[in-house]
Amino acid sequence: MVSPRLQAPGPRHGEKAIQGLLALCALLSVLTTIAIVLSLLGPTIGFFEVVPAGDFFFGIDWTPQFEPPSFGVLAIVAGTLNVALWAMLFAVPIGLGAAVYLSEYASPRVRRTVKPVLEILAGIPTVAIGIFAVSFLLPHAIQPIWPDDLLGGAEKPFMALAASLGVGLMVVPIIASISEDAMSAVPSGLREGAYAMGASKRKVATRVIFPAAISGIVASIVLAISRAVGETMIVLIAAGSTPSFSLWPNEPVQTMTAYIAVIATGDLPTDSIDYKSVFAVGSLLFLATLAMNLLSIRLVRRYREVYE
Amino acid sequence: MEASGVGSERARLATAGARATVAAKLSDRSRRDVALNTAFAALLLAAVTIALGGLAALLAQAFVRGAPALSLDLFTNTPSTLRPETAGFRPAILGSLELIAGVVLFVVPIGIGSAIYLEEYADKTRWWNRAVEVTIQNLAAVPSIIYGILGLGFIVRGPLDLGFVLVAGSLTLALLVLPLVIIASREAIRAVPDSIRQGSLALGATQWQTIRRQVLPASVPGMATGVILAISRALGEAAPLLLVGATVFVTFDPTPFGDGFSAMPVQIFDYAKRPQEAFQTLAFAGVIVMVGVLLAMNSFAIWLRNRYERTW
Repeated sequence: MVSPRLQAPGPRHGEKAIQGLLALCALLSVLTTIAIVLSLLGPTIGFFEVVPAGDFFFGIDWTPQFEPPSFGVLAIVAGTLNVALWAMLFAVPIGLGAAVYLSEYASPRVRRTVKPVLEILAGIPTVAIGIFAVSFLLPHAIQPIWPDDLLGGAEKPFMALAASLGVGLMVVPIIASISEDAMSAVPSGLREGAYAMGASKRKVATRVIFPAAISGIVASIVLAISRAVGETMIVLIAAGSTPSFSLWPNEPVQTMTAYIAVIATGDLPTDSIDYKSVFAVGSLLFLATLAMNLLSIRLVRRYREVYE
Repeated sequence: MEASGVGSERARLATAGARATVAAKLSDRSRRDVALNTAFAALLLAAVTIALGGLAALLAQAFVRGAPALSLDLFTNTPSTLRPETAGFRPAILGSLELIAGVVLFVVPIGIGSAIYLEEYADKTRWWNRAVEVTIQNLAAVPSIIYGILGLGFIVRGPLDLGFVLVAGSLTLALLVLPLVIIASREAIRAVPDSIRQGSLALGATQWQTIRRQVLPASVPGMATGVILAISRALGEAAPLLLVGATVFVTFDPTPFGDGFSAMPVQIFDYAKRPQEAFQTLAFAGVIVMVGVLLAMNSFAIWLRNRYERTW
C-alpha cells in the first residue's frame, strides 16, 4: 500500500518562478502606459519652453508652417470636435436603433445573422472607410442632398461631414454591440412584467429596457466618442488638411490626429519645434481619451454590478 | 339539465364579458399610439438598414472600382510613382506579413501570460492588481496614433533607439493589440469552471500543473479567436505605422532590420492620395485584397468560436 503524502516534498521553486514570470507579463501593460506618458512628457515640456501655454491652449490659429508660427491648438481641437460631433449625431441614433431592434424586435434567427455582419463593419480597415467617405459618401450621399444656399454650399473636395459619416459608420458597431449586450443583460422578468401589464413593445423598449440598460448605453457612447476623437486615417483622407476654427459640417478641417500623422510622417529632427508639437498635441489627445475611457470603464462596471 | 344549461350560458356570458373588458382595457390605445408603435418599429428597421447599407455600399464600391486592377500582378509588382499600370503591392504585402509575424511572436506569449496571471494568480482585493486591470482596459481604447507616438518616441528613438525599421513597426503594433489579446484570453480562461480546477488540485496537481493541463487546453479556442481578431486589427492599422517609418517607395523586399518598410494599408493610403484614376483603381484593388483577407480571418475566428466553444 502506498503511504499517502499529502504535503509537497519541498518548497516548489518552479511554481513560484512561473508565477513571477506571468506577473512580469502583466506588468508590461503598466510599463506600456508609463512609457506612453514618459515619451509624451519630455518633448511636451520642451514644446512649452518655446511656446507659451496661453498661446497654445487659447489660440485659434494653427499655422506651424508660417513665419512666425502660431500654435493655437483650439483650431485643431475644433476640427476634432467638428468631426466627432457630426459623427455622433449620425451614429448614436443608428447604433441605438440597431441595438434596440436586435435586442427587442428581431427574431433569434435575424439576430444571429445581423450581429456578426455588423461586427464585420467593425473590422473594415479605416483606410478603406476613409476612401469610401471621400469617393462615395461625399459625391453620392452628401452633395446631392445638401442645399446650395446652406452655409455656402457643399461643392468642395473635402469637408468635415464626409469624414464624420465615415467615422460614424466606424463607431455604429461599437454602440450597437455594447448597447445590445447591456439591453440583453436586463433580466427578462422586467420585460415580461411589463408585457403582462399590457405594455406595447415600444413602451417596453423605451420605458423599461432603455432605462435599465442606461449605464451600458452611455458607456458605449462614451467609448464611441473616444474612438471618434482618436480616429486618424478617415479624417486624414476625407476631412482635408486646413485647420479651421469651425463646427460647420461643410468646412474642410484638420483634426489633432491628422496633424500628428501629417507632421510626424518622415524623419523630423528631434529638436525641431514641429517634432515637439506632435507630442504636445499627442499629450492633449491622450488626456482627453484617457478621461473618456476611465468614465466608460466605470459605467460598464456599474451596470455589471446591478444584474449579475 | 336545464338549470345547468342556464348556468353554463351565464358562465359563458360572464367569461365573454370579462374577456371583452380585459381586451378593451389592454387595447385601450389611441390611434396615435398604434401609429407611434409602427413608426418606432420602422425607425429601428431603418437604423439597421442604414448600417448594413453602408457596409454593402463600401464593399460594392471597392469591388466595382477595383476590379479592373485585380490580377496576380498586384502581388508581384512593386510600387511605382509614374506607371500605375505596372505598380503593385509586393513589398507592402511582404511587409505586412513580416509585421504580423512579429506581432504574433510578441503578443501570444505575453498576452496569454498576462491573462493567466490576472485570472489564476492575482488577488483581486489588492489595489495593484485592480490597477493593472484598469490599465489594460484603458490601453485597449487609447487611440492608435498615440501608439505611433510611443513607437516614435520610445522604440524608434529614445530608450530602445531601433531606428525606422520593420521591427519597430512590429513592436508598436504588438503593444497596440496586446490589450485585446489579454481581454479575450481572460474571458476564455474565466469560462473554464472552477470545479475543473478544484478536481485537479484535489488529485494532487500543483497550481501550474492545473493551469497547464486543464485550464489552458480548455481555453485554447477562445484564446485563438482573440489572437486572430487582434491580428486582423493589426493588419488594418495604418496610422501608427506612418509615425514609425512605414514609407511607400519601398521597391525591395523588406527585411526585419533593414531601413524602410511598407505595409498594405499604408500603400493603399498612398495610392488613394494620388489624383490619377489608375492609382485610385489600384487603391480599390488593394482594399478588395485586404477586406478579403480580413473577412476570411474574422469568419474563421467566428467559426472557431462556434465549433470549439464548450459549454460545461
